[in-house]
Amino acid sequence: MSSRTVTRRRPQRRQRSPDVYKSDEKPTWCPGCGDFGVLNSVYRALRTQGIAPHQVVCVSGIGCSSRIPYFINAYGFHGIHGRTMPIATGVRLARPDLKTLVFGGDGDAFAIGAGHFVHAMRRNVDLCYVVMDNATYGLTKGQTSPTSGTGFVTLSTPHGNPEQALNPMLLALASGATFVARGFSADPQKLADLIVEGMNHKGFAFIDVYSPCVVFNKVNTFKYYKEQTETLPSDHDPSSLPDAMQLAISQDPLYLGLFHQREATTFEDHMNADPPSQSERHEQLEQLFDRYS
Amino acid sequence: MSGAQTDDAGGVRRSDLVIRFAGEAGEGIKSPGELIIQAAARAGYRIITDFSPPAEIKGGVSFFQIRLSTHPIYTRGDAPDVLLAFNQEAYDAYIAELRDGGMLIYDPDRVTLDPGQASHFQTLAFPMGSIAAKELRMPIVKNVVAVGGMATLFGLETDHLKQVIRKLWLRKGEAVVETNYKALDAGIAYVHEQVNGTAPFVLAPAAEQQNTIHVSGNQATGLGAIAGGVQFFAGYPITPASDVMEYLAAWLPQQGGHVVQAEDEIAAVNMLLGASYAGARAMTTTSGPGLSLMVEALGLATMAELPAVIVDAQRVGPSTGMPTRHEQADLNLTALGGHGEVPRIVLAATSVEDCFWLAIEAFNLSEKYQMPVILMTDTVVAVRTESIERPDLSRVKLTERETWSANGANGQATDQIPLPEELDDSGYLPYKLTDSGVSPMSLPGTPGGQYVAMGLEHNEKGRGRWDQQTHMLMTQKRFRKMERSVTDAPEPVRYGDPAADVGIVTWGSTAGTAIEALDRLASAGVQADLLVPRMVYPLPHPQVADFMAEKRIVIVPEVNYSGQFANLLLAQFPRHIHRINVYRGQPMRVDFLVDQIKDIIAAAHNGAAESAVPPAVGAPHAAPEQEVQRV
Repeated sequence: MSSRTVTRRRPQRRQRSPDVYKSDEKPTWCPGCGDFGVLNSVYRALRTQGIAPHQVVCVSGIGCSSRIPYFINAYGFHGIHGRTMPIATGVRLARPDLKTLVFGGDGDAFAIGAGHFVHAMRRNVDLCYVVMDNATYGLTKGQTSPTSGTGFVTLSTPHGNPEQALNPMLLALASGATFVARGFSADPQKLADLIVEGMNHKGFAFIDVYSPCVVFNKVNTFKYYKEQTETLPSDHDPSSLPDAMQLAISQDPLYLGLFHQREATTFEDHMNADPPSQSERHEQLEQLFDRYS
Repeated sequence: MSGAQTDDAGGVRRSDLVIRFAGEAGEGIKSPGELIIQAAARAGYRIITDFSPPAEIKGGVSFFQIRLSTHPIYTRGDAPDVLLAFNQEAYDAYIAELRDGGMLIYDPDRVTLDPGQASHFQTLAFPMGSIAAKELRMPIVKNVVAVGGMATLFGLETDHLKQVIRKLWLRKGEAVVETNYKALDAGIAYVHEQVNGTAPFVLAPAAEQQNTIHVSGNQATGLGAIAGGVQFFAGYPITPASDVMEYLAAWLPQQGGHVVQAEDEIAAVNMLLGASYAGARAMTTTSGPGLSLMVEALGLATMAELPAVIVDAQRVGPSTGMPTRHEQADLNLTALGGHGEVPRIVLAATSVEDCFWLAIEAFNLSEKYQMPVILMTDTVVAVRTESIERPDLSRVKLTERETWSANGANGQATDQIPLPEELDDSGYLPYKLTDSGVSPMSLPGTPGGQYVAMGLEHNEKGRGRWDQQTHMLMTQKRFRKMERSVTDAPEPVRYGDPAADVGIVTWGSTAGTAIEALDRLASAGVQADLLVPRMVYPLPHPQVADFMAEKRIVIVPEVNYSGQFANLLLAQFPRHIHRINVYRGQPMRVDFLVDQIKDIIAAAHNGAAESAVPPAVGAPHAAPEQEVQRV
């Protein structure tokens, strides 16, 4: 790599070892948290692609899962609650040569960030969005979330959640996402494969991940998902939107895998001119001035 | 303005004229105005226009006003000398604003005069509709007939008008050009006969052809953004700021930049921050309601230390308020809005031309200090068009962000050589404590500079730390940048007599009102000194401090109720001041400000000011009843 023109190089200790993508910050999650599995999958996905840490940007929102950029040796942007999609959009459009990964929880994605989530998919910016869905608010110590089931008892719903759960897969499919998949943090290798596919997909990739909270959600547990989930039928054709929607409606079983993928022009495709130099800008400006004089 | 003198022909030769076209919105009252503007520009006149649309999309009364002058002008003019009323509603709405001795032109087929009104001004019945429809058999050319008649009143050269007609309509064919010539001639002929060949308001010839461009404040902001190196723009439609986005959307994507129409203002400002983090010179434009939504992200920009340029074209609030009307009431929000302590820089454009230069300054300050800069305009400067000095691009100097790289070329040299795979080897400190407060930024893609930009309180390395020492040091660092930024403050506007003991301090577009008020006061033998900081927060310390200390009387006029700028001034430079506040949704009138200043000076001579108790900061104060009653 030409960028490493150094005079006093240390002995090369390792080449893209599994630890390359680990930062020196240790995860702050509770023991047993599903997010460890997601982090593990991210390390694997990055290693599989052999991508250099400085060429990855990890954008996140607010919540337990959104702490993930601190634990990854890459560029990161730990933003504000619910605004991952716009921040990542800005990063991606300014630096299309880098890989932009986006992380958040179900509250960040589907409650406070729901509006941005829909429009990011409609816009089809080349991002890979991994939502760690535990159907609760963990960082604020256990309130109901948009993906919590009806009747779910929490601090904020002591008499049971009166609302129905949002179906992120259907929402994504209806919003025009060009890559829609679901993973499970208890199966890090399959999830890593989905993340690799999502990162290589041209356009917006949405990966909903069941990532159980072992402290505040005693309903949607590892055991629950192990019993409830099933790999998508082997004959499923991901290019079929109606089939994907049909499978996304299913609650029993809850399917895992790539529901839908199609090719479409991305937002960036419409804007691909080379930036002008300062003197070219000034020429342009003089022409604009002429128009007004 | 004064400047009227009798010419040889007995008519009044003027250096300054205000004309107003008024009619139903959607009737095309702007198009005749455009013809006159372009012809007047060819004749070398200085021009300021103002468009007052109704809030509704179609229907409702609106006006388009043009002020022409042989000398530099700074406001749209208090009152029209000539009012052209296309219909009854326009006559009813605006006849009271016509200057005494002015002239009303009206279409007798559509307007019936109120006999009680018609004594303070001249009237001219001008059946432009029927001339177009019956004489020319082309109802559509009514506006050009009107232009011919209007131009005859003040002696605008027919040749210039015909050149503009040719330029505007040639692509539609020679026949269309000829039709419009005929319409123009018909209007000229009719009015020429009515006034017996003597134009009642002859404009003196302009001194010489000026090297000017004619643009709106929003266009000037867009042009300034281009000159300032904008690479990324995200915005959401809102009156009166939308046309900056539209303007850049037409240009930037072809130039390797991006313009995104976001799903809301929250998205717009966060896109901006993402792009800025990735190294782009990024901006958004909005108005009050949008700015309110952006406040949380402004705090993130301060905390993560990201450059960000936000243009706030102020309108009347609170809430939806009066979207097409004028007020300077967002200063509390721009300077202080947000939870926690959020240092940032606020600039305020004093004129259309200033929008261009301050847009460049906003980028430079923002990139240099790695913090949000809000450029405030307002409905007056954003919407109005003005003939301004053609910007000299050799004066444009761009300040680049201080960036970091592993070899120390831009950042600090380290004795450890970074390998991209190994985070800790670079020793890169994204929030390094420095004397200036500015830490070099590592842009994504730079090997060895991986870090997390963050809204949590953090240590130098960019790790969330909540101990006392960290928060104190980092708070000081963020404020240190803001405090330093005053050394790069754009020069304030100065006008009037620097030796005068009466000082006027104002901000934004009220600067124009104050400049013209000082001219009138000077011609009446009253000297005053004017200071208009263009960086309004933090206030550029030495200039403002000296002015506040030295003047015997300090007067602070602004277009809001609570005196937001006066409060900021007093917080930093406590002393006795006189506030002048109007809040009618219109710009402050020059004649009103002149009268107020005279009254304050007279009262001070009688000893009233010396005995007055200084008003408490932020305290409500007596509203100027006189101004309110004029509505």
